[in-house]
Amino acid sequence: MTAELIHRLHFAFTVTFHYLFPQLTMGLALLIVVLKTVALRSGDEQWDQAARFWGKIFGINFVFGVVTGIPMEFEFGTNWAHFSQLSGGVIGQPLAMEGVFSFFLESAFLGLFLYGGNRLSKKMRWFSAVMVWLGSWISGFFIIVTDAWMQHPVAYSRLPDGRFEVQSFWQLLMNPWGLLQYAHNMTGAVITGSFVMAAVGAFYLLDGSNAIFGRIFLKVGVIAGLISCILVIFPTGDLHGKYVARNQPAAIAAMEGLFKTETGAGIILMGQPNEETGEIDNPIVVNDVLSFLIYGTTKAEVKGLDQFPREDWPTTLPLLYYAYHIMAGLGTYFVLLMIGAAFLLWRGKLYHTRWVLWLLLISFPLPYIANTAGWMTAEIGRQPWLIYGLMRTSQGFSANVSAGNGLFTLLGFMGLYALLGLLFTVLVYREISNGPEKQTKIVAAHAD
Amino acid sequence: MMGFLWFWLVAVMIVGYVVFDGFDLGVGILHLFLVRKESERRATLGSIGPVWDGNEVWLLAGGGTLYFAFPLLYASAFSGFYLPLMIVLWLLILRGVSLELRNHIDVGVWRSLLDGVFGFASALLAIFYGAALANVLRGVPLNPDGYFFLPLWTNWQPGVHPGILDWYTVIGGLVALVALTLHGALWLTIKVSGDLEQRARKLVTPLWFGLIALTIVSLIATIAVRPESLHNYNTYPVSYIVPIGVVVSLFLIWQWNRAGKAVKAFLASSFYLFFMLAGACWGVYPVLLPATTGDANNITLTRALSGPHTLSVGLIWWTFGMILAVSYVVFVYSRFKGKVDAGASAH
Ligand code: HDD
Ligand code: HEM
Ligand code: HEM
Repeated sequence: MTAELIHRLHFAFTVTFHYLFPQLTMGLALLIVVLKTVALRSGDEQWDQAARFWGKIFGINFVFGVVTGIPMEFEFGTNWAHFSQLSGGVIGQPLAMEGVFSFFLESAFLGLFLYGGNRLSKKMRWFSAVMVWLGSWISGFFIIVTDAWMQHPVAYSRLPDGRFEVQSFWQLLMNPWGLLQYAHNMTGAVITGSFVMAAVGAFYLLDGSNAIFGRIFLKVGVIAGLISCILVIFPTGDLHGKYVARNQPAAIAAMEGLFKTETGAGIILMGQPNEETGEIDNPIVVNDVLSFLIYGTTKAEVKGLDQFPREDWPTTLPLLYYAYHIMAGLGTYFVLLMIGAAFLLWRGKLYHTRWVLWLLLISFPLPYIANTAGWMTAEIGRQPWLIYGLMRTSQGFSANVSAGNGLFTLLGFMGLYALLGLLFTVLVYREISNGPEKQTKIVAAHAD
Repeated sequence: MMGFLWFWLVAVMIVGYVVFDGFDLGVGILHLFLVRKESERRATLGSIGPVWDGNEVWLLAGGGTLYFAFPLLYASAFSGFYLPLMIVLWLLILRGVSLELRNHIDVGVWRSLLDGVFGFASALLAIFYGAALANVLRGVPLNPDGYFFLPLWTNWQPGVHPGILDWYTVIGGLVALVALTLHGALWLTIKVSGDLEQRARKLVTPLWFGLIALTIVSLIATIAVRPESLHNYNTYPVSYIVPIGVVVSLFLIWQWNRAGKAVKAFLASSFYLFFMLAGACWGVYPVLLPATTGDANNITLTRALSGPHTLSVGLIWWTFGMILAVSYVVFVYSRFKGKVDAGASAH
């Protein structure tokens, strides 16, 4: 294994694991604000208890997000030293802003939200929840701006020694790629939050415990889920796709499995890309749709991979193709599921339709898969570039860190993260099986 | 000018990290042997529960600031100190998880395990930070491109090709261990009450003597390993105010702790940390990372500095952002002012 490959795997593994947590943080933060707001306006104790219950799960999740996030920041220096040396003046900027503007905010108010207890008034607790939500969404913004610059570098100039220098700060923050990516990604995070909330609600109703809370969770989860599942496809996913097609044509060709340039290109619903023959095996194709989706007319020409030199093709092409299809396929399923569930909710039948409850329950892992697949699409699609069009991945890693040392720490992280995953599961399982009702009783007992 | 400014801004962030996360590391170390019963442990850990994550943010914000102001230094130091930094990350992970999770677990055995992990990781982190600083003061074998890679240890001697750990950096680690334990003990005297508070206060005395001895040893060792450290002091004698500050704050720790002025004693300890770090920074300035392979290879301030536009834009948002950040910090600490309520459960 070459050092380059190890460093790539190192980063990919740790960031993929990290992102399992922030997506729930960001989604849930919004939903907790919703619960808190209803509680504050209606004065309904149950909604407040519901918020407190999710606050606990949020707290656990947050800690795992924090401890897996710190390695990410270090890895820019430890594993991608040459990249950092050249681009630190640009990339370092939003990364530092993330720390200064959001992590301070988030951690301060989360401390208040979780530990404030009776030191805080109801309004103040609501305010803390809002600040935590803002903090986590600002954090997502800065990290996505960072990523977007690597995908679509803007607003930079180069110093004589080759280093990148920010040319316009606002253009860096308002990178169109970043704005689209942010909109799409945040809706993806809300999907995770809603599916998890709905699944816990479904679990309680199926189980027959905590029924009142189960209904609250289902209602909030399904409504938020419906909205976010629609938004993730249209307009955010659609616009993002169009932007990728115009700016990273080789990536979109690989994502879609389009080996040959076509006018009136069809969309491939299923099939296996075969790099050796340059064909899709067992394809199921709908004619003209791809041209329409990208250019708004069925006759437009879409560039295939044949237009690009082989060394500019994304390096792990089949994985890219599958990742993209998994994301889009799941996105379609999510909308169908949520439309159905929302319809039943509206008719007042959802709480008794057990098979839909079952579907909601077992679907909660799927948004995690879709979000991960989406990121893999973005990151693998960028290959072989580290900074698109400017710097190859092979030029960016830390050449002074040998493959052996890299593998050692990669294995270390794998072991440690296996342990973390186990701990996380046990803890969240415990909170869920304790449930909000029992928690309320404990609180009451303490008060005596 | 920009270089000078950003050098000190980064230094201030690092001091912020050491002063803030320092006391919760210290509390982590102390709780292993200071605490006698579960309620005391809850009070001890409760004194850092709401703030430790925010304290750690100083590390991230400081790291980020270092990254964009001096990218070459970030790239070189982080890749060169690869192994110890990865170990630091693992320790930070174990520490954060074990502290937070003990609140969610009610089986005694598991709690004891988590508490042990928390204390152990805290102690090792303190040692690593001290050793890291000592590595920077001693210098590393930079090549002309500005890169190096250090093994964890070689022959335990500082020299052209040292390891991360040698006798000198081990001293640095011990200074940090004792200084942060003391810092944590002083924090506890503010936050806890009763018997526990008394024990924390008593513990200050031996720690204080230990710290004085180690401070002197480390000073002599630094001058022996890198005589150039005195250069700035001799050029600008007014800067001897820094070592004087170290001595005065050490004295005040003692004085105020004995008088029962807990907050003041803690502040004195914060100033001790500040003067020690500022003194170290001034000792190397304007070099950021000295080379053991000859001065030509030093990573100097001008060599590592980002472009002018990056820095001037950065100054604007940094100032604005840090004013906000400091106001949250003040707000949170004022909300959690006073002794912890041992009965209150977390969350
Ligand atoms: C629950 C999550 C989720 C769902 C259902 C979808 N996506 Fe997505 N998608 C993401 C979550 C996501 C993401 C994790 O947020 C990504 C990764 C990077 C990014 O910016 O967003 C992403 C990236 C991403 C990209 C950019 C790839 C690149 O940068 O090369 C495109 C073109 C789409 N998506 C398009 C879609 C379409 C057309 C969908 C609908 C069928 C869809 N996504 C559903
Ligand atoms: C959470 C979401 C993310 C996931 C799941 C993810 C996933 C990946 C994957 C799979 C790779 C390996 C690609 C390959 O080598 O073929 C990668 C590489 C990389 N990503 Fe991401 N990424 C995420 C977010 C980010 C962000 C926000 C940034 C920047 C701020 C970033 C920067 C990088 C870098 C520097 C590399 C290494 C160089 C490379 O292989 O291109 N990633 N990531
Ligand atoms: C290379 C990529 C990344 C880096 C360097 C990084 C860095 C970090 C760090 C250092 C933390 C801990 C903050 C604290 O102490 O409070 C953190 C947490 C967090 N990160 Fe990441 N992160 C990366 C990828 C992402 C992505 C892609 C997102 C979302 C779009 C994201 C969103 C968050 C959020 C919301 C938190 C708050 C804690 C939590 O969610 O559990 N991060 N990240």
